[in-house]
Amino acid sequence: MNRVQAFITANFDCYEYNDIDRYIELGGFEALKKAIEKGSDYVIDELRTADIKGRGGAGYPTWKKWAIGHKRQAEKKYVVCNADEGEPGTFKDRELLKKDPFKVIEGMMISGFVFGASKGFIYIREEYAYIQETFKEALEVMREKKYLGHPVFGSDFVFEIEVFSGAGAYVCGENSSLIESMEGRVGRPRIKSPRVGEKGYLGYPTLVNNVETLAGVTTVLLIGAERYAQYGTQESPGTKVICVSGNVKNPGVYEIPFGVTLREIIYDIAGGVEEGRRIKFLQLGGISGPLMPGNMIDIGYSYEALEQEGFSVGSGSILVADETNRVIDFLVSVSDFFYHESCGKCVPCREGKRQLTRLLKKFVSGTAKGKDIKTIEKIAHTMKYTSFCGLGQTAPTALLSAIKYFLPEFWNLVGDKEVSRIGEGEWK
Amino acid sequence: MIQLKIDNKEVTVPKTYTILQAAKELHINIPTLCYHPAQGIKGNCRICMVQDGHDRLIPACSTKVSDGMTILTNTKFVREMQRGVLELILANHDQDCLKCVRNGKCELQDLCERFNISKNSFEENQISAHKKDKSNQAIVRDYSKCIKCGRCVETCSSVQNVNILAFANRSTAYEIVPNFDRPLGETECVYCGQCIKICPVGAIYEKNDTEQVLDALEDESLHVIAQIAPAVRVSIGEEFGLEPGAVTTGKIVASLKRLGFDRVFDTNFTADLTILEEGTEFIDRLKNDGVLPMITSCSPGWINYIEGFAPEALDHLSTCKSPQQMFGALSKTYYADKEGLHPSKIHTVSIMPCVAKKFEAKRPEMSSFGSIDVDTVITTREFAQLIRLAGIDFERVEDEEFDEPFGIASGAGAIFGATGGVMEAALRTVYEVMTGELLDQIDFKEVRGLEGIKEAEIQIENKVIKVAVAHGLGNASKLLEQVKVGKSPYHFIEIMACTGGCIGGGGQPIEKSPDTIQKRIEAIYQVDCNKDFRKSHENPAIKQLYEEFLGQPLGERSHHLLHTHYKARFPKEK
Repeated sequence: MNRVQAFITANFDCYEYNDIDRYIELGGFEALKKAIEKGSDYVIDELRTADIKGRGGAGYPTWKKWAIGHKRQAEKKYVVCNADEGEPGTFKDRELLKKDPFKVIEGMMISGFVFGASKGFIYIREEYAYIQETFKEALEVMREKKYLGHPVFGSDFVFEIEVFSGAGAYVCGENSSLIESMEGRVGRPRIKSPRVGEKGYLGYPTLVNNVETLAGVTTVLLIGAERYAQYGTQESPGTKVICVSGNVKNPGVYEIPFGVTLREIIYDIAGGVEEGRRIKFLQLGGISGPLMPGNMIDIGYSYEALEQEGFSVGSGSILVADETNRVIDFLVSVSDFFYHESCGKCVPCREGKRQLTRLLKKFVSGTAKGKDIKTIEKIAHTMKYTSFCGLGQTAPTALLSAIKYFLPEFWNLVGDKEVSRIGEGEWK
Repeated sequence: MIQLKIDNKEVTVPKTYTILQAAKELHINIPTLCYHPAQGIKGNCRICMVQDGHDRLIPACSTKVSDGMTILTNTKFVREMQRGVLELILANHDQDCLKCVRNGKCELQDLCERFNISKNSFEENQISAHKKDKSNQAIVRDYSKCIKCGRCVETCSSVQNVNILAFANRSTAYEIVPNFDRPLGETECVYCGQCIKICPVGAIYEKNDTEQVLDALEDESLHVIAQIAPAVRVSIGEEFGLEPGAVTTGKIVASLKRLGFDRVFDTNFTADLTILEEGTEFIDRLKNDGVLPMITSCSPGWINYIEGFAPEALDHLSTCKSPQQMFGALSKTYYADKEGLHPSKIHTVSIMPCVAKKFEAKRPEMSSFGSIDVDTVITTREFAQLIRLAGIDFERVEDEEFDEPFGIASGAGAIFGATGGVMEAALRTVYEVMTGELLDQIDFKEVRGLEGIKEAEIQIENKVIKVAVAHGLGNASKLLEQVKVGKSPYHFIEIMACTGGCIGGGGQPIEKSPDTIQKRIEAIYQVDCNKDFRKSHENPAIKQLYEEFLGQPLGERSHHLLHTHYKARFPKEK
């Protein structure tokens, strides 16, 4: 099995971001043409065979989302490409937008065609301001070549795309917050039901997909679902664009077939750990993901294998921390991030972060007591089970996994061990 | 209909129901804080989490029922998580309950009792909040109590269309603040006080003026008099465990006498006076091509609203002062003369269902002898506090009668307290004054009730008079929009800032159930029915006042004492 396999990223470094002719030579718009010629049901069938799952992190089967959306009747519909790539440790969408913008645009057009929308937005995070510019240029080229704003491939399908800039809030990667933000309000999540697929932008059904998902759709239609699904594992067919970062020699974006082990990813693809140090832990799926102890890296990188052990693919981020890192310091930085990014709307996330941050800093300063571990766990559980949106629900994930795998590290930092009567394991 | 199981009990409910509503059908009270039956679903507080068939926690307030659902509301998991949320709220909440105006009437405190939480389980009570906002005459905002449920924001925007409260910042800096983080006194806040009543805790309350009343009563050189607004008599009983709508006029008078007031008067009297002045003004505008529609001016929240948001429409307002201020002016002139007292030696206290009345009393134009006419305004709630403080057994105290000369009032004056009441009272008088004939049917039922905007037509002489009534500023703003663009089809409009009129005022006891407002309204009309006189112009004390002092409605004296003028609250910069 090849350790890297370029499908979704096949066009990387093959053309300049605005060179549409070269993109066409590379098979550009074949996927769109196929979609228009063979129809929405064909697209949905292909996606079912390829079994692409939401690459923003949620992992919901794309074909299901599209099949439901396709059937929904409405006077107007919108599609949105979620390029608010705010998950720390995740930078694959950035590379896709930079190195193959036309593939993403093509994916958006296919999603618009299947969903029945004539207007699409791409919500690009504010920090990618330079990409917003190049992307707009690519869109302009599309208009000049009459792919946008004109009927394409002899059909009556006319599509237009607008770039929308985020304003720097992590929570806007969550679909309903993203829509709120687009409508000019503060980015805070909406009550689910109705979901945005039913009532999204301006109250109309809105299909939101991640950048990589859309590029994946183009890829699957271009090369055929069957060929795509020959790679990967039974339950996770095809490939995934991953972002390896942290204490590795060659951090970066790679495309791998599902099933490759984490060890292979870290050592064979990313060049191993600097100075041959031991891996202490990984964090998978971004800052909202759990910590995995270094001795578990022989797990295959697939939805099912990771899930079995309590981990997940998430956004595709793999952060490697070597033995020089203290778990507590890492947790403080995770906590600081969520402390900053909580939107404040719901109690568990807002007040839970306030308390957790305070308690974790006690461990750093050596003033923590044994019972603080129990309090931390209690708050973390409350956040996990009662928070309004995914942000609050996953904010304590790293912390809870650290308590599971690295409890002695907490214990070693307790300042006054005698005073505390709580022994290890009591809170398990 | 949907069939589901809650705590192993079957229940069948309409499909629009939430789990919370379905549980109520089974007499299960799931804890709530941000939820209010009169408002939209927010899902902010997360205290109403319950367990579904997959052992997941879901919010009961925002999750619709579905067929075959099985819900558990009282498992260890549910209780622990609900308690966890509660403790997190408490950790950032000023827990000095003894100092709190809502001590004993606080939804958060009730939940703590329910969950047996006596003290914050986190080591420190970290309160990060703005300083207390005491920037105005009427409303105090105590940020250290705020639990950020958002109920006040919704009331201010959806119900009142004032829109001065907003969520600001994010994360732990998230707060509910007046727009652009200004002090409340520098905003367009109209001081209706509806936010006070919707707040589950003690984060918003009226500026307490009870000490000022007690000091005045203690001061032997002062002659202290009280006036009681129409709406207070049908609501204050609720503070003492009586049913909403219990009419307690005699007990109120008796309590005030016991507190040491020299005289106790009825604002209903000056409500009658308002009808004479306002009715005459309306007839005058009708006959002499004056500005129409004429809009009532009794509600100070409404006055603040139109002065702040639509100064171009101020000509439509009746120039009449509110009954409170008419009383104030008379108390410092006519009454002072009659009693042979210098006005400065009379301390006039108003007991009002209203918070904006505090602001109104302090308006510089509300002074008839060089100083303000109404010295102190207290709300129904503050009055109850005074009664409790004095140890008066309100429920059992024997009824007493109002004093002369402002003690007799008609039924028309009484119904000022309910939405539509001023209009009905005015029509009773306007009709008879204009036609010289007796009205056969004096009940104008079209303008009664809780419909947001009500309309009626009445044939007077050969003219059809079209009237409208709105309560709640959101409804009022709809009528105001028509007036602003010159498209209002009406001749006369009554507007009250609060839902239900004064009986739903910002100074009233916090309504315990959704039908409270309706019961108070029914009681008001009961008061009207039981009166000897039901039309303002038949009130003999009013006739006497005109004979002895005022001369005639809209006369010279009335003009000086009973009428006022309005101006834009925020003049445009040139």
